[in-house]
Amino acid sequence: MGEHATYVYAVTQEQPALDELRGIGGSSVRGLPVEGLVALVSSVALAEFGAEPLRRNLEDLGWLEATARAHHEVVEASAALVVTAPLRLATVYHDDARVREMLEQRREELAAALARVVGRAEWGVKVYDDNATAAAPDGAVADDPAAGPGASYLRRRRLERDAAQQRGRAAAERAEAIHLALAATASASRRYPPQDQQLAGHSGMMMLNAAYLVDPPGAEALRGRIDELADGARYDLTGPWAPYSFAVLEQGS
Amino acid sequence: MTAEVLATDPVAPAQRVALVDLLDRLLAGGVVIVGDITISIADVDLVHVSLRALITSVGTEQGDPGEY
Repeated sequence: MGEHATYVYAVTQEQPALDELRGIGGSSVRGLPVEGLVALVSSVALAEFGAEPLRRNLEDLGWLEATARAHHEVVEASAALVVTAPLRLATVYHDDARVREMLEQRREELAAALARVVGRAEWGVKVYDDNATAAAPDGAVADDPAAGPGASYLRRRRLERDAAQQRGRAAAERAEAIHLALAATASASRRYPPQDQQLAGHSGMMMLNAAYLVDPPGAEALRGRIDELADGARYDLTGPWAPYSFAVLEQGS
Repeated sequence: MTAEVLATDPVAPAQRVALVDLLDRLLAGGVVIVGDITISIADVDLVHVSLRALITSVGTEQGDPGEY
């Protein structure tokens, strides 16, 4: 094992023209062709991507963001040109030969994953419930004059909790309905956990965080329906994304 | 970290995607192949680790007003 390792961004159906593109840490991006598949790779320093440094670096937000964005840039550039299956962040091999070996071993699964996303792109939908965090208005729960302050307090707390649970259930049902309707326009769909409010910087509660794999007419349908389905609820539509959520290997392989 | 959104403008590819959206996909999506080096961190919950880093960082940046 030398001082460098091989970082794999994505597997594609053919070699995209990425001559000018720079990858992680400004590295050049190479294509390793094997039997009808191409792995897009860069050489990275083991001092950064070896097991121990990698573990540390993944906890460093600055490093994580730079690496994620560099990975994404390569994937985006490739997906704009050829059918691309992005790999999960930080897939690293000892050298190019090991990557070729992997491509040979997983060729059929990778080819199948690529075939499933041909001509399709991913769109992200996030829907928010702006009422979720609103406190019950003052006086909404009338104090019972006959009860002591302790009992009144407990009663008020219980009612507030019940109301919050009810809102939560209603939001979950609404999210499910929106998701099912959008999924019907897509060839595949996937839900992610709602993003952390502090992280994402959104207000209100995120009730739906999902991705949809669509062909161009499907994308039109999705864009057309989201507004009507959200029915006044705030939403974000992001995309088109490379098929991160859908270029996955079949289970059991 | 701002939540920039590509939203309804498909002809703005240069616009930066929100890091949280990217991490959803890069840490929980993508083709999962155990590499030579990632094998040793396979037991690490990447999402957890990364989000913990993010939360810590964001909390620090905002000076954590402390509601209580």
